[in-house]
Amino acid sequence: MAINWFKYSAPTTFYGLAGKLIPWFAISSVILCAIALYIGFAVAPMDATQGQFYRIIFIHVPTSIISMFLYLVMAGYAALGLIFNTRLSSMMASAVAPTGALFAFISLWTGALWGKPMWGAWWVWDARLTSELILLFLYLGFIALHASIDDPRRADRAAALLAIVGSVNVPIIYFSVKWWNTLHQGSTIKYSGTSMHIAMQQAMFTMLVACWLYAIAVTLMRVRSIILERERHTKWIAQLAEVK
Amino acid sequence: MSLDIWMRENPLTYVWIGSYGVAFLIFAIEIAMVMHKRKITLQQVRLMREAEESEGI
Repeated sequence: MAINWFKYSAPTTFYGLAGKLIPWFAISSVILCAIALYIGFAVAPMDATQGQFYRIIFIHVPTSIISMFLYLVMAGYAALGLIFNTRLSSMMASAVAPTGALFAFISLWTGALWGKPMWGAWWVWDARLTSELILLFLYLGFIALHASIDDPRRADRAAALLAIVGSVNVPIIYFSVKWWNTLHQGSTIKYSGTSMHIAMQQAMFTMLVACWLYAIAVTLMRVRSIILERERHTKWIAQLAEVK
Repeated sequence: MSLDIWMRENPLTYVWIGSYGVAFLIFAIEIAMVMHKRKITLQQVRLMREAEESEGI
């Protein structure tokens, strides 16, 4: 059975679909988060050199990965909106931005908490840390630029340009530990293998999926409000059960 | 200095409250804000529809 994906690129049909999907993503995220916490704190052994402090990895690494990935998703939606003038793409880009900013903030916050006992400093102007901070500023810039223009379609176009140009920062964050000598450690998990304990990997990847599902659920919740706001003059909004 | 000593004596509390506690608090605030935004938007749309209906549009 072929699914007509273009059908769901219209706010009219996507609004209902998003409403149905949100509970599934949210519940799955909570369950996976609980499993990740159990493995991370009850199953995974203590690290030989970092002691208990290494357990920050189970929130720090997933939030860092999601903050970068969400930026690419946001830039992708913004580009689609700019090129094809699709309303929903721009709405999705606007909906992703606050969640991405929060993930970038949590990544920096947990990184600082890990840095203090390991490096003796909350913050260093290291390439990885600085480029992640720039990512947070790019998210905030996108949100501020979008909010500063009254006409939503013009705001979409202006913010889309910033999102697309800013996407160059994502590979810089990822490769910063290879391109420069950084205090931040390089990738522990490589294509060639890893020295991480299996339980540590399981906890980290389970939390990564939980964070990803959470991001989808919250983005869908936010985009439904944006659709309601922007399409409020249309007939289909007036016919919605929650509006009547 | 005192925080340095405390974190080394209570590493799990430091990890839990400092990173996971803050992260989950941020997630909870985000969810509350998104739900509040939806509630406000729905109220605005309903008020607008009622105003349009009372004007006979």
